[in-house]
Amino acid sequence: MSGRQLHPGAWWLWALGLATAATRTTSPLLLLLVVAATGLVVAVRRTREPWAGSYGVFLRLGLVVIVVRVVFWVVFAAQTPGPPLFTLPSVTLPSWMAGTRIGGPVSAGGLRAGLYDGLRLAAVLVCLGAANALASPSRLLKAVPGALYEMGVAVVVAMTFAPQAVTHVRRVRAAHRLRGRPDRGLRAVRGLVMPVVEGALERSVELAAAMDSRGYGRTAAVPPGRRRATAALTLAGLLAVCAGLYGLLGQGSPPALGAPPLVLGLAATSAGLWLGGRRSPRTRYRPDPWRWPEWVVSACGAATAMATVVTYGTGSPGPPPIPAAALVLAAAAALVSAPPVRREPA
Amino acid sequence: MIRFERVGFRYAEEAAPVLAGVDLEIDEGELCLVVGSTGSGKSTLLRAVNGLVPHFTGGILSGRVTVAGRDTRDHPPRELADVIGYVGQDPRAGFVTDLVEEELAYGMESLGLAAGVMRRRVEETLDLLGLEGVRDRPLATLSGGQAQRVAIGSVLAAHPRALVLDEPTSALDPVGAEDVLAILQRLVHDLGLTVLLAEHRLERVVHLADSVVLLPGGGRPVVYGPAGTIMATSPVAPPVVRLGRAAGWSPLPLSVRDARRAAAPLRARLAETPDAGTTRGAAASSPMAAVRGLEVRYGPVTALRGVDLTVSRGEVVALMGRNGAGKSSLLSTLVGLVRPAAGRAEVLGAVPHELRARAMVRHAGLVPQDPGDLLYAETVAAECRAADRDMAAPEGTCRALFGRLAPGVADAVHPRDLSEGQRLSLALAVILTGRPPLVLLDEPTRGLDYAAKARLVEILGELAGDGHAVVLATHDVELAAEVATRAVVVAEGEVVADGPVEEVLVSSPAFAPQVSKIFAPLPLLTVAQATAALRDPS
Repeated sequence: MSGRQLHPGAWWLWALGLATAATRTTSPLLLLLVVAATGLVVAVRRTREPWAGSYGVFLRLGLVVIVVRVVFWVVFAAQTPGPPLFTLPSVTLPSWMAGTRIGGPVSAGGLRAGLYDGLRLAAVLVCLGAANALASPSRLLKAVPGALYEMGVAVVVAMTFAPQAVTHVRRVRAAHRLRGRPDRGLRAVRGLVMPVVEGALERSVELAAAMDSRGYGRTAAVPPGRRRATAALTLAGLLAVCAGLYGLLGQGSPPALGAPPLVLGLAATSAGLWLGGRRSPRTRYRPDPWRWPEWVVSACGAATAMATVVTYGTGSPGPPPIPAAALVLAAAAALVSAPPVRREPA
Repeated sequence: MIRFERVGFRYAEEAAPVLAGVDLEIDEGELCLVVGSTGSGKSTLLRAVNGLVPHFTGGILSGRVTVAGRDTRDHPPRELADVIGYVGQDPRAGFVTDLVEEELAYGMESLGLAAGVMRRRVEETLDLLGLEGVRDRPLATLSGGQAQRVAIGSVLAAHPRALVLDEPTSALDPVGAEDVLAILQRLVHDLGLTVLLAEHRLERVVHLADSVVLLPGGGRPVVYGPAGTIMATSPVAPPVVRLGRAAGWSPLPLSVRDARRAAAPLRARLAETPDAGTTRGAAASSPMAAVRGLEVRYGPVTALRGVDLTVSRGEVVALMGRNGAGKSSLLSTLVGLVRPAAGRAEVLGAVPHELRARAMVRHAGLVPQDPGDLLYAETVAAECRAADRDMAAPEGTCRALFGRLAPGVADAVHPRDLSEGQRLSLALAVILTGRPPLVLLDEPTRGLDYAAKARLVEILGELAGDGHAVVLATHDVELAAEVATRAVVVAEGEVVADGPVEEVLVSSPAFAPQVSKIFAPLPLLTVAQATAALRDPS
């Protein structure tokens, strides 16, 4: 069992479970526990793939979110009960702008509420970051149904645009300096945009040519009858899923509109995707298997989410023992998973 | 295996033809080399084989291209992926996945091979190309030679019957290039693979080729025949062939080994004359740029450590070494693009990274690896005007320089439509507009044909004569032999050899130019030197 990478789906389920738990509470202790759990698991379980470094980026992004949230809270919604800590100069917007008041007295309670709210958003972000670091999008792509594969590739390729653009900007800035143009400031930025966009376009055309010559997009011959059946099944299935979700979530909708169409819709969509997948002759190289560690890891995520959702609705303070215990369980159980292949440092 | 019947290609109805009347029939197990000057349509020919031309580029293809009996007219590139493996000029541009192993499997996944077959073939390919050690490395961390090998492996794993490669070694150092070519030769000999490749550096490949397709360019008919026959009259030829022609050897040698055998009597005769070969060499007089104890770091990676180097007026220094040895870092430091982590760099008494851009261009100018980076304008004329403005030079300076470097280019041409050699000339003209005393060039011969290279050699010689100092980082040993007065070899961020070009190049098996391999131990480096010695043996 050593040196195997977990199925990326398991990590995503686990992370989504933790994220769900985070949305259901503003208790700072629980939120910090969520962040700590993801941090621990990422530290122990991440590989050395290029994406694995993304956790730190998300962590920093989380800090930014907290700061922004607190600032907004102070500026726009400071009127919370409690003795004011300090008072900002206030302006009341005219009534056609909803008469919102900006500034005013800021209470300790208000600050704290802003902080916790920011922390909650940050925790959700960090959960996504953990999923990214543990299972790169390109590995997740391998697990996507065949019918959706080609769309998935387009998405992944598009995501590589940002890092490549950064390299390109560096090259263009260097060229500016070599030509004796200012390499800093507003004038420099103006000269950057066109070459970078041109470079990105050229690269994508080249990549597309390379992918095409390696067989990307080959299709097997499919009788038109089956093609129509695929389209009909998928479309009808998606409509039924929408109806089902509406029935489940909407208040006062008839109960018959809930679970039955959802289940039927999911079945039809799956059948459609399966049929559609038959059109692509693609196979998978070393697909990630789904064995007991995957079950355990995703069950941990689900259990954490369930525990928080069941214990309370939204926003009650204090760390009830059950969700806290579930979070500790999440971290511990994730460690049960197989250690990843330790790749040689680059 | 690959068959062209009266194939012609043009991008638009009214445009000049890129290819015309091409008739080829390349057999199974043949290693065929496509040669021609830049812009003669080599890449177009290669891309026509797997249908990228015209399915991907647009344009009008006449005649018929068939591969293993399939007409590219009815088969787009993806339908030919199982018989043709195509590797483009920049292997990294074609990588789809993140990891070596997944990249190798990608093509097979698209073809829908069974999981067991894929697993076996990935292992075989790893062994065949010597990639076992890097199998789970991210592609972004590979060296140039490794990346090229992964690119070849990734198409090879799908077991195509023919391999098409566009300049597979142009970005590689001599040793990396030899690795890649040795593998190609093995594939042809052991597996009967058909290989079609284009390459500018003929000295690296011509001895491996069975046949040659010569594209004379300008719409003249394509010549196809056995390598020896074509090379006897080809306008583009490597040093060994030019030497063979000058010495009148028959049959014409294509490899250093054959040439060395043919040259045995000549060597014996020349050995008796004590001063065969001339020593170039400017007297190192006034130093212009110097680095002392230079150290450059990128994050945790140390690119240069403890480098000491002085460059003097009138010198042409060839900076050589493996991919990633630190050559570009040294050049970047000298123009202030990189701040040294320790030590000191000085150009004419100024510290490069402290100079503002406007002052920098009066001290040192660098033509980067991709000269296109320097060019933004819509036309050649606008580019030159912008350069005059940027460098505060009198109007017309840049245009006059460019006219001298590359005569006969119209003002209205878009820099993107220039040939590789013309583009390099334009970038060089832009840089020289500021009259920098120190001129730096990073890999100037990538994609240059022999004619353009000869022009470059002339220009660099003139610059040195005018009192400029020139430093060029290059993998091209023939260029270094032609133009440099001094060679500096960098390895692992340290200077490992520094001396007159004759001494440094001749003593190294990897960096020795062909002529010096043929005449060793005589200190002859270039065809010109050798022919001079031939004519005047006294």
